[in-house]
Amino acid sequence: MARTVSNRRKWTFTIIAWVIALLIFFPILWTFLTSFKTEGDAVAVPPHFIFFHWTTENYSEIWSRSNYLLYFWNSVVISIGSTLIGLAISIPAAWAMAFSPTKHTKDVLMWMLSTKMLPAVGVLVPIYLIFKNTGLLDTRTGLVIVMTMINLPIIVWMLFTYFKEIPNDILEAARMDGATLGKELIYILTPMAIPGIASTLLLNIILAWNEAFWTLNLTAANAGPLTAFIASYSAPEGLFYAKLSAASTMAIAPILIMGWFSQKQLVRGLTFGAVK
Amino acid sequence: MATTHTKAAARLMMSPAVILLLIWMIVPLALTVYYSFLNYNLLMPGAHNFVGFTNYRYFLTDPAFITSIWNTLLLVVGVLLITVIGGIALALLIDQPMFGQGIVRILVIAPFFVMPTVSALVWKNMFMNPVNGLFAWIAHLFGMQAIDWLAQVPLLSIILIVAWGWLPFATLIILTALQSLDEEQKEAAEMDGAGIVSQFVYITLPHLARAITVVILIQTIFLLSVFAEILVTTNGGPGTQSTNLTYLVYQQALLQFDVGGASAGGIVAVILANIVAIFLVRLVGKNLEA
Repeated sequence: MARTVSNRRKWTFTIIAWVIALLIFFPILWTFLTSFKTEGDAVAVPPHFIFFHWTTENYSEIWSRSNYLLYFWNSVVISIGSTLIGLAISIPAAWAMAFSPTKHTKDVLMWMLSTKMLPAVGVLVPIYLIFKNTGLLDTRTGLVIVMTMINLPIIVWMLFTYFKEIPNDILEAARMDGATLGKELIYILTPMAIPGIASTLLLNIILAWNEAFWTLNLTAANAGPLTAFIASYSAPEGLFYAKLSAASTMAIAPILIMGWFSQKQLVRGLTFGAVK
Repeated sequence: MATTHTKAAARLMMSPAVILLLIWMIVPLALTVYYSFLNYNLLMPGAHNFVGFTNYRYFLTDPAFITSIWNTLLLVVGVLLITVIGGIALALLIDQPMFGQGIVRILVIAPFFVMPTVSALVWKNMFMNPVNGLFAWIAHLFGMQAIDWLAQVPLLSIILIVAWGWLPFATLIILTALQSLDEEQKEAAEMDGAGIVSQFVYITLPHLARAITVVILIQTIFLLSVFAEILVTTNGGPGTQSTNLTYLVYQQALLQFDVGGASAGGIVAVILANIVAIFLVRLVGKNLEA
């Protein structure tokens, strides 16, 4: 199977791939490095890549200037809250579609996917007005509702593709052995479904964390998550790169680290199981 | 297996998801349609009288509308081209034997986790700024005039920023598909004298068709409504040069408080998205079946 590869060829590919990968990663690396510079070093020409006066001043300034923890907490509540509620609604639905499919199951799935194609602007005005009249504007509750609904189709799809792969034979064998529905759920289905549920959970937390249409339009000072926190740094031009970088690093670090740890699970989930 | 009993249970289990989605779709959409026929501006409370298709006429004859449609399409197609072609190339590269493949993967996937507001601001200021940006410095190194990316080529700049965020996604999915390609098939072709190019065209590319379909489908859904990148970089400008449909409706709604006009715009966006969606769902339905 594995062809013997000459060492020279391997090194060539290694070098090319590393150079390209570093180029793609560079904006993130550069942001990280700049966040430890003084504002003067941050705009120096020629740029100072590593040899500059390292400082953590930007972080402490961002920390004292804006309420990072509030934004961070909002991001956590909105992304995790909406994902958990979404899972609670979707697990039974996906379960039913995978284990007792009818001739309409595929249509329902396609319809769900098509609601994802409904452009958000098409419903921005009424949602905004409804939220304004019910006091949901700029609240975490409001955003949890929106995020749950916009990600629901994706959650159902992902779970469905995972559940579909649990072989029906195992269930039937268990039933023959006299397993009750409760036992079947706890001892057989749950362990087999957990990996799928976990990767759905991870992917949706990431999607909700980075969502920036609804979060920017429906929040102000109270419920704004990190997407809004960063947008508030968009106004001034010029000498503020180091602080912008520090704020950016603080906004992306949690999800970047989580994403790196779970990248294997994410890929399969993202493709709706279509690519293996 | 599916007795009437389990069928009823299945329906019960599905109903919360289906009903909630139905409400989420129908109620706001019906309201949008309703508002789109009213003369309704939040700055003029009280009077919202029925005005027929006036809002649509205004929206559709606004020169910004045609520009925004054009920009929306360019944005979607531009990003798709870059990410699909770049993704195939990158996936082929990463699939080769090398040292530190895992780390390369980690580096390449990273932009996918960066939220749009961060990537847009970082690119805008630290790379594309005509005075302090790295691109300006590189241009000077080669003795060229630095260009003001977001002022001179705003849409291209936004395409590049968005493509950077989606390239990892395309790469990873195509790479996953690539790794399931049967090596023996390629070896057999090689023995029959097929060159690298014909191997790629006749074996690899057809194998990737499904993965590429998925990439196009999912990205299109997200790319049709690019918003934050435009909001924090160009605000749709200069003029309307980087205004897409989403941004145009947002301007009408939340900056001009024109509920009626924005709703008409929203409905137009829905109709256009549906045309794209019908096409895409067919494509996916066919490709995901097998």
